[in-house]
Amino acid sequence: MSSSIEVSLAVSGVTYGAPLVLAGTGELLSERGGVMNLGVDGMMLVGAASGFWVCRVLPGPSWLALLGSVVAAGVVGALMAALFAVICISWRANQIVAGLAMAIGGGVLGLSSYLGSIGNLGGSAPAHVLNQIDLFGLANLPAVGPLLFHENILVYASWAVTLGAAFYLYRTRWGLFLRAAGEDPAAADAMGVNVVRYRYTHTILGGFLAGVGGATYTLALIPSWTNGMTTGLGFIAIGLVILALWNPILLFGGAFLFGVVINLGYVLETRGVTIPPEFFAALPYVVAIATLVLLRGGARRSGGPQALGRPYSRAG
Amino acid sequence: MIRLERRLTTSLWLRLVIPIGSLLVAFLIITIVLMLSHVSPWSTYSSMVSASITSAAGLSETFVIATPIILTGLCATMAFRMGIYNIGGEGQLYMGAMAASGVALELKGSPGFVIIIAMTVAAALAGCVWSLIPGVLRALFSTNEILVSLMLNYVAGYFISYLIFDSRSYWRDLTSAAGQIYPIGKAIPANSWWPAPQIGNTGIPLGLMLALVLTIASAILLRRTTLGLKIRITAGSVTAARYAGLKVRRLIIVVMLISGALAGIAGAAQVGSASHALDPAGVEQVQYGYAGIVAAALGAFDPVLVFAGGLLLGAITSAGSTLVGPSFPVGLVGTIEWIVLFSVISGAFLVNYRVRWRRRGRGEEALLADPDATSVPPESEQVLGEQPYLSTSAQVTRGG
Repeated sequence: MSSSIEVSLAVSGVTYGAPLVLAGTGELLSERGGVMNLGVDGMMLVGAASGFWVCRVLPGPSWLALLGSVVAAGVVGALMAALFAVICISWRANQIVAGLAMAIGGGVLGLSSYLGSIGNLGGSAPAHVLNQIDLFGLANLPAVGPLLFHENILVYASWAVTLGAAFYLYRTRWGLFLRAAGEDPAAADAMGVNVVRYRYTHTILGGFLAGVGGATYTLALIPSWTNGMTTGLGFIAIGLVILALWNPILLFGGAFLFGVVINLGYVLETRGVTIPPEFFAALPYVVAIATLVLLRGGARRSGGPQALGRPYSRAG
Repeated sequence: MIRLERRLTTSLWLRLVIPIGSLLVAFLIITIVLMLSHVSPWSTYSSMVSASITSAAGLSETFVIATPIILTGLCATMAFRMGIYNIGGEGQLYMGAMAASGVALELKGSPGFVIIIAMTVAAALAGCVWSLIPGVLRALFSTNEILVSLMLNYVAGYFISYLIFDSRSYWRDLTSAAGQIYPIGKAIPANSWWPAPQIGNTGIPLGLMLALVLTIASAILLRRTTLGLKIRITAGSVTAARYAGLKVRRLIIVVMLISGALAGIAGAAQVGSASHALDPAGVEQVQYGYAGIVAAALGAFDPVLVFAGGLLLGAITSAGSTLVGPSFPVGLVGTIEWIVLFSVISGAFLVNYRVRWRRRGRGEEALLADPDATSVPPESEQVLGEQPYLSTSAQVTRGG
């Protein structure tokens, strides 16, 4: 399919933005409750590996196996987040240290690579792939066709998650309570909100979404397993939450832009531009740092939930 | 009903027994994991010990691997102790390795000790430059230093990869037969390889001795100097530090510079004792910078304990690199380290809190009867000089 460079870039923004939207929205919900989970990248990697593994061993029709794989990836991510939640919420450990431990322990030298090697996942094609679906038969429309109506199902899921999270946060009482738990847990508690329960559920939900975000790579985007395949994009997802001022809709926009940046090298390469690949690989991180400084640097207030990173207990 | 009470004092007995208990629990979990993956735990343990500790060659290898882990561990310790989260040890190590190998190549022909000193200084400076970026951004613009330092790891990694794999840089070996087949770094002159004096059959690498000196220096700095006091005050409360007249911004930059220099020296030790050339693929694969954070957390951010934690991780990694194969898959090392770390973090909780079981009714009555129980402000968590294990300095991370 030949299309203009703008369309190719926009399509890659949507496609490669999807895992960032999923993982980023998960992190956003967790942070709104006051829990900073730096382990997103580890959860994505472990989700990617386990989703891929389940996809290979699960019998049955393709759609069922894929559904099972996505759910499995999410559940594994959620389990890691649950462990993190116990340590940070109940046991009041430092969230930054425990989160980093999750990222490192799940990462390139840890659990995900362990799963990859004992499951012998590397170097093989998956049994099933989440292909692009032709939504409403409109995939062949110029420009908007490939952009909006010819994506894999997890891309559409990421859109649903964005809208769902925005509605949940700003239009439901649970969303209000969640924000209260993150802004002023003592006041929320006095109001009758079970702060600990809100923090647990949303941290675990965040882990679920991170796991699904990871599976997006192994089941749809790449689709195969390589050790450390997220190349640290989980941390970009965390950065996006800050850049997006903890707002799901803005996060979606940011993820789109980073999707473009991530795939820029590949798109230019197919058009005969030769610039060292390391330059493009490093570009998302440079752009992330630059935008963090330019957009968020000048602000006196961090704009985040007031109690972010701070454990809560009634009696100190 | 379970209630948690913060301990006001912790006995020395608890401080010793709980970490050891945590390690035993970790040992138990690892045994279960090994059994689940159909590996015999006991033969694995015995081969791990012989590959990393009881054989002279294994022990020498353990020391070489432990050196950069200890140094990046100190890098994390110095920053985390103030509530500044420098996650950039990994990238600062890369930049240190780049500078050290560059200087060693440049000074070819000079006496070995001159080159080694120059390598160390250059690596420390390169680490400083790389840590200065998140430090200055944090100090001046309140930019989140966690994310900036972390993302710079990837930038540094791609940078040194570029030097060897995609350019004809000064660092790359373009002349030797091996270098023409596959991109590798130019070997540094043989007299600049870091010596490892033998005790018995075990080599004690120069880098490890340097790490020991820097460990002691860090401990003294934190406990016995004005700078250490300033760091501890700022860790307790940034507001208090400001009222005390401390220049918090300058302090952030100073701490980041010290932290970055330590990680840079780790890169020099890696080049001098292990790779003897700039080896991007190798240094990125082993992730000693991140292992350093694990070592720092294992050692509760106390320099002397971090040294011990680094040795432990060095031994596990050394065993892993020797044994890797069908019965010892890649990733097992990291998984083992992870289990150890989580057990120790969880144990730290027991050091600081007392768990009380009460019958349901009485516990709630007690809670209601005690007016303070519900109205303790969150600031009560901010204890001066607290370990970064438990919640310190949310204020520092939030900036302002």
